Amino acid sequence: MREVYLDHSATSPIRPEAFQALQEAALRDFGNPSSLHRKGVDAERIISEAREVVAGALGGEPDEVVFTSGATESNNMAIKGVARALSRYGNHIITTRIEHPSVFETCKQLEEEGFQVTYLHVKQDGMIDLDELREAIIPGTILVSIMHVNNETGIVQPVVQVGTLLKQMREKITFHVDAVQSFCKLPVLPREWGIDLVSVSSHKIGGPKGVGALFIKKGTKIAPIILGGGQERGLRSGTENVPGIAGFGAAVKAAMAGREREASELDALRRRLIEKASAIKGARLVGAVEGCAPHIVNLSFPGLRGELLLHYLEERGVYVSTGSACSSRSRALSRTLTAMGLTSDEAVGSIRISLGWNTTAEDIDYACEALAACVAKLAALVRR
Amino acid sequence: MKRVYLDNAATTPVRPEVVEIMNLYMLEVYGNPSSVHWFGQEAKKGVEEARERVAVLIGAKPEEIVFTGGATEADNLAIKGVAEANMKEGTTKHIITSAIEHHAVLHTCQYLEKRGFEVTYLPVDRDGLVDPDDVRKAIKPNTILITVIMGNNEVGTIEPVKEIGAIAREMGVAFHTDATQCVGHIPVDVDEMNIDLLSLSGHKMYGPKGIGALYVRKGVRIRPILHGGGHERGRRAGTENVPGIVGLGKAAELARMELPERQARLTRLRDKLIDGLMERIDEIQLNGHREKRLPGNVNVSVKYVEGESMLLNLDLAGIAASSGSACTSGSLEPSHVLLALGVPPEVAHGSLRMSLGWENTEEDVDYVLETLPGIVHKLRQMSPLYTRRGECACTTKK
Repeated sequence: MREVYLDHSATSPIRPEAFQALQEAALRDFGNPSSLHRKGVDAERIISEAREVVAGALGGEPDEVVFTSGATESNNMAIKGVARALSRYGNHIITTRIEHPSVFETCKQLEEEGFQVTYLHVKQDGMIDLDELREAIIPGTILVSIMHVNNETGIVQPVVQVGTLLKQMREKITFHVDAVQSFCKLPVLPREWGIDLVSVSSHKIGGPKGVGALFIKKGTKIAPIILGGGQERGLRSGTENVPGIAGFGAAVKAAMAGREREASELDALRRRLIEKASAIKGARLVGAVEGCAPHIVNLSFPGLRGELLLHYLEERGVYVSTGSACSSRSRALSRTLTAMGLTSDEAVGSIRISLGWNTTAEDIDYACEALAACVAKLAALVRR
Repeated sequence: MKRVYLDNAATTPVRPEVVEIMNLYMLEVYGNPSSVHWFGQEAKKGVEEARERVAVLIGAKPEEIVFTGGATEADNLAIKGVAEANMKEGTTKHIITSAIEHHAVLHTCQYLEKRGFEVTYLPVDRDGLVDPDDVRKAIKPNTILITVIMGNNEVGTIEPVKEIGAIAREMGVAFHTDATQCVGHIPVDVDEMNIDLLSLSGHKMYGPKGIGALYVRKGVRIRPILHGGGHERGRRAGTENVPGIVGLGKAAELARMELPERQARLTRLRDKLIDGLMERIDEIQLNGHREKRLPGNVNVSVKYVEGESMLLNLDLAGIAASSGSACTSGSLEPSHVLLALGVPPEVAHGSLRMSLGWENTEEDVDYVLETLPGIVHKLRQMSPLYTRRGECACTTKK
């Protein structure tokens, strides 16, 4: 049976370049970068090279990149780190209702610690309202955290405009962007866009799991959340995951080398998918054709259960997800979809199809055929 | 040129078997364990199998193992996690630790001090041992946590954790131990040793970097430090590092099977190295306890010589060693561990750590014994402190 993996937003298979770099670093350059001998120096060099690549992809300097164990840690570090560092200037944080759990739950945690958090609404089109943001800002606002591309719908938030708006404020407000889903797919240029902190992940772009990074613009005040040996200039302690970082660097290099081509190919595949899927009876696109990320399609089949649809698709070798992988175990309705005003029927009936670096047109065609067949089968069951 | 890697306490080479299973989970079973489809569920099975392997190695139950990004994170999670779970407004809580902890524990305790916790740093004797009686005396009604390293990363001394654990248990205080240098190298059993929380690392036991674990005894409350998707039963969010986790699991399984042999072999090599150095170099001292010592650890102070100079000369001869721990070897400050043992700063500066691992052979040890005495001799000839040592007695005693 043909297998079509369309769950890249949960995790992407590793790119050959990344796998190769990881192998070499694991087997040959196994030293501890803090060691002074040759093995240590070699390991340190690998990290420096990867740091340059990641910094370059974000239009920043190498010393603005801190490697972490993944984007969840990056998001925790950005939000708690800024909250701790700036708590004497204020205790107000602004974020949105559609953030990834690693931002959302961290904000909830800070609320327990006495911080005040405003969760911005999104409009029916899934975008925040800049006026609501402007009105939410108070003298004690220290941090704004808004994701770039939503992991469930692919909808792009106006982070450039938010950056411009925040620059006009009299008091400095730190701006954090969770760019896990946009990194290496859309341009992410924190320095140009007035963004201070950017979280990125390796395994969502074809790099290894267990590694990510936080971009920290020079001069941003932030406290570390993991203390110890003082690695990463004291911002993130712990022996560096050299093979992971090497693999991450190689994945970014490969992805960025062909970014525009890869993105336009992905976008063409996405449009092909939307076009074919829209012909399926009862299908509704969550999000828009224009202006969305090139790799995420969220489809809703009101009246059907997305979860069942997922299993039917799996029987035909097509792997997709309902909501985000991180929350697909929970029975609760997707926070993102309900924030957009979807009815519970629409939310329950939604599936996410996410494309990646090795997706082909044949994959899309096969998946659409399978989807049409599964929807028909399921709809027949429901009618009965 | 012959190359001898003697820095296994900083990081170990990864075993081929470990790489093999990691590759399987990178190339074929690459799903996200939270996904409900086959790729996700197979990955999840791999994670759970690894959890069991790690648990078995330390005598724990699988559900008591939390995977982390490494031992530093595990230490942070244990200490901040217990501290924050016990925080109560208007009260000051107390933590007991030792003067010779790894920086991951030390700096976390110092951070908590700044946040209003009270911390007692217990002294150690000349061999680096914590006295369990000191632990008992330090316990107060508001003590919530005792954290003492199991085997010191610099000087190799193995602490009486079983006795300390018994006291903690008797007094109803949670007991954490950083066992990064011990797991996979000496027998560790959380029940027998009365341990409530234990940190371990993958890359110190021939497993991968970027992965570690915290053992949390059932019933011990901790607050997470990474919030998010509710992975690891809500104790550590973030997509599981599946290849890293299965690699750690494999390393744990290998350790369980090979432990007696590893321990015996490394102890023999270690003793040969220590005895050989003592014989061949004058005015040298062994740091740490002679017997209660990690199997692979040799830490010596060579008087009138800079540790860094020895290190660089050894590196030129193909021998990779370290001065103090790798995490601090970039700094010029003498090691806090050696100072706590009462080693005078000028002697501490001449310290060298050589840590053995499974790849090392008798020939490696012979090579070091042939090479190091010559390096020391050469450096001493250039050292005014050495050539004039008869004239002034004030260099070591003051």
